[in-house]
Amino acid sequence: MQAAIIIFPGSNREHDVCLAWKLATGKEPLRIWHGDASLPETDLIILPGGFAHGDYLRCGAMAARAPIMREVKARAERGTPVLGICNGFQILTEAGMLPGALLPNRTLSFICRDVHLRVENSQTIFTSGYSAGQTIRVPTAHHDGNYTADRATLDRLEDHGLVAFRYSSPSGELADSDNVNGSARAIAGIFNDSRTILGLMPHPENATDPLLGGTDGRAFFNGLASALQ
Amino acid sequence: MIGSNATADLAAEMGLSGEEFERACALLGRTPNLTETGIIAAMWSEHCSYKSSKVWLRTLPTTGPRVICGPGENAGVIDIGDGDAVVFKIESHNHPSFIEPHQGAATGVGGILRDVFTMGARPIAMLNSLSFGSPDHPKTRHLVSGVVGGIGGYGNCVGVPTVGGECRFHAAYNGNILVNAMCVGLARADRIFYSTAAGPGNLVIYVGAKTGRDGIHGATMASAEFAADAAAKRPTVQVGDPFTEKLLIEACLELMATDAIIAIQDMGAAGLTSSSVEMAGKGGLGIALDLDRVPVREAGMNAYEIMLSESQERMLMILMPGSEAEARRVFDKWELDFAVIGRVTDTGRLVLLMRGESAADIPLGPLVGEAPLYERPWIGRASEPEIDARGLTERDPLQCLKRLLASPDLASKRWIWEQYDHLVQGNTVKRPGGDAAVIRISENGKALALSTDCTPRYCRADPVRGGAQAVAESWRNLTAVGALPLALTDCMNFGNPERPEIMGEFVGAIEGMREACLALDYPVVSGNVSLYNETSGSAVLPTPVIGGVGLIGDARRAVDLALKKDGDAVILIGDTGGHLGASLYLREIEGSEAGPPPPVDLAAERKNGDFVRHEIAKGHVAACHDLGDGGLLVAIAEMAMAGARGVALNALPTSMPPHAWLFGEDQARYLIETVNPELVLAAAKNMRICAQCIGIVASGELTLPGAGAISVAELKAANEAWLPGYMSES
Repeated sequence: MQAAIIIFPGSNREHDVCLAWKLATGKEPLRIWHGDASLPETDLIILPGGFAHGDYLRCGAMAARAPIMREVKARAERGTPVLGICNGFQILTEAGMLPGALLPNRTLSFICRDVHLRVENSQTIFTSGYSAGQTIRVPTAHHDGNYTADRATLDRLEDHGLVAFRYSSPSGELADSDNVNGSARAIAGIFNDSRTILGLMPHPENATDPLLGGTDGRAFFNGLASALQ
Repeated sequence: MIGSNATADLAAEMGLSGEEFERACALLGRTPNLTETGIIAAMWSEHCSYKSSKVWLRTLPTTGPRVICGPGENAGVIDIGDGDAVVFKIESHNHPSFIEPHQGAATGVGGILRDVFTMGARPIAMLNSLSFGSPDHPKTRHLVSGVVGGIGGYGNCVGVPTVGGECRFHAAYNGNILVNAMCVGLARADRIFYSTAAGPGNLVIYVGAKTGRDGIHGATMASAEFAADAAAKRPTVQVGDPFTEKLLIEACLELMATDAIIAIQDMGAAGLTSSSVEMAGKGGLGIALDLDRVPVREAGMNAYEIMLSESQERMLMILMPGSEAEARRVFDKWELDFAVIGRVTDTGRLVLLMRGESAADIPLGPLVGEAPLYERPWIGRASEPEIDARGLTERDPLQCLKRLLASPDLASKRWIWEQYDHLVQGNTVKRPGGDAAVIRISENGKALALSTDCTPRYCRADPVRGGAQAVAESWRNLTAVGALPLALTDCMNFGNPERPEIMGEFVGAIEGMREACLALDYPVVSGNVSLYNETSGSAVLPTPVIGGVGLIGDARRAVDLALKKDGDAVILIGDTGGHLGASLYLREIEGSEAGPPPPVDLAAERKNGDFVRHEIAKGHVAACHDLGDGGLLVAIAEMAMAGARGVALNALPTSMPPHAWLFGEDQARYLIETVNPELVLAAAKNMRICAQCIGIVASGELTLPGAGAISVAELKAANEAWLPGYMSES
């Protein structure tokens, strides 16, 4: 099993997700520089967290137009799974590979804290390690994670089972106080139509070691790894 | 020589006294031009020359078996075994942060990051120490918001976790806030990079961002007190670009993996001036720069502006002959400017060329060696009369506790640290909010404990005790998570040293720090001095902030302060004398800042701390917390809130009033939670250490015989509410 991780200037959570992937598969992802023209054939492409190009324009807007993204898009169209975490999610929406956009958090501040997520759909390669309705605790760390889309898009996401995770209480109820960034319908992560692309704001890669405060993210990477076998 | 001669008046505007200007003329054998005067003024500024503090700083212990590099380089370096080294330093950005809080704080973070990765270390953690004015002061809210946003905006983007810090409020900081940032990096002990230039003829390389007109004369600004027109100094504040910094980190570390670099120095205060002078000066060599080759952001900059600009994210390097192409390839990859701007020479002089003409020519030996050095007059402080606890009104202790927990200094700082990414890099074992942060540094579980500490009200009441207490508290906080404290970095924030009472505070604090460092085997390996923190004659509290680094062999053995299990015993280690002088109880409940700070018994600190660390290593300790601000009852409540559990306290001793026992701030004390109190008490008795069981962990409430009970949830609500509530008021 081989994953590729795309490194943009300003990516900063590549180390974290590489560690989590290695824990699940025993193998480090291939590190691909954003300026590289070619992308080796892999079973998974990861867009990591960070501040690609400083996010001085809209978050992810410049990275979405990097040369390598043409190749990422082409691979995704041919069915290669793509996982975008945090800045990676922002890049996927800016690249038009996922619908909607990520606005600044409603507090207008960066928020780093553990949150609870309710798993909405476990029938995908990304969430097969969980069961639907289960809640998990993982950290968030972002300034722009307030998911938004027009009502028709939101309805379509709901109707087609394309919502992956929602911010919830520890027991899975949806309350405004648990919606950490003010996302529409408490959405924390979404799939594309074929459920081969996942974008999510929280960081399952930072919840894979009991020493570091939680292990609920392990099932994410273990499930993904076995689904790709 | 281009440029007209400077006058004494012009030199005075740049911060040189009349006598210093005469010294500058003597050094050159002629009157310096504008550029030369600017260079000399910057190098002789308090900020760059430490002219008022140096004679005292030299008295601090700076060596030890672990010390690889003490003060004098970009940062201190200590050996942590297995070929690993920790590189760390704390630095102030006080003056800029008051004028423009967001950029001032952000560039403070950027500057300290560069000090650490310049030495070949990957930055793995940041901390800070913030002192703001009274919450009632009209500027405070704006300053808190800007500083926290600036620190977060920079640290989050570069991908270095901000894992700890402290934040206090006091009216003495109304006109001068303190923003101190600490960075900790990890390097291989045999791959440390220094700033000493070598090899006449070798190329001098400029890398990083372009030079603009921002920050000109920042070092001079940081060496003078503010008058009422502080806002007029805004153009001297630099603007930070964390994205470029992130690229610079990666590019420098990539090049450092090769053998291309002879010497490297970041351009911090006084920019190109101090970096070139220091590199050549340390090597006993000269340096010749062609200023037309410096990458600039705007056309028409003159030599003075280029040399004094404090544009951020820039570095100067001396390369091995023949490695230019390799270095250029790395910086091209990271899309950073790379320019050959001069050569190392054997002339011993700083020679600047611009448009083919000489723009400056200064002998480096005298510029560094004959910098002014002052033994400023100082006076000590008369000691405060003791506070007699029996003379204070008896009050409901649980209500006093609730008020204390909701007071600005003790209120939860979650609102601040949740704005910092404290998890990136995936190694944060103990997060902010405890005694010390713990960061894992290797897969086998080796970890560092980190904290920043100072109790400025103690330093004001008695600088010697306050200085010793700051070091002892730092040592204690690292011990409380199970770490062995190894070394510290200090940030000395004081008022105008030309006033003898301020100089006396500085001298006293150094004396106390020295005693504590020696007694605790806790050397100073780096630091920073920030003087002139005063406005219109009103100085900040003396604030010698201690940034401590400790080592834990196995992170799984680290403990935190959260109570873990109902039925466990809570044991108090150390003697309680009920000292209320300069305490938070006295200030918040009785409205008085009188009295001396608690005595610091360094032998007891050492003995009690070594005992606690040993018990943690043996696995006998479920939770541990050092006693500090607010004393015993506040410490118990903090453990209870962190673990969402209560404590049933034993009956209070009758030897002293309840408020003295519960809120006295006697030093050298810890609380530990243990499932096996007999074992711990017996071990303490063997070591002749004062230890007593003071209560049992119980669900939900804090109960005090004779005083009733209060729910831990109610205390936590009060503790968490203050800061977000304050920040959301308009």
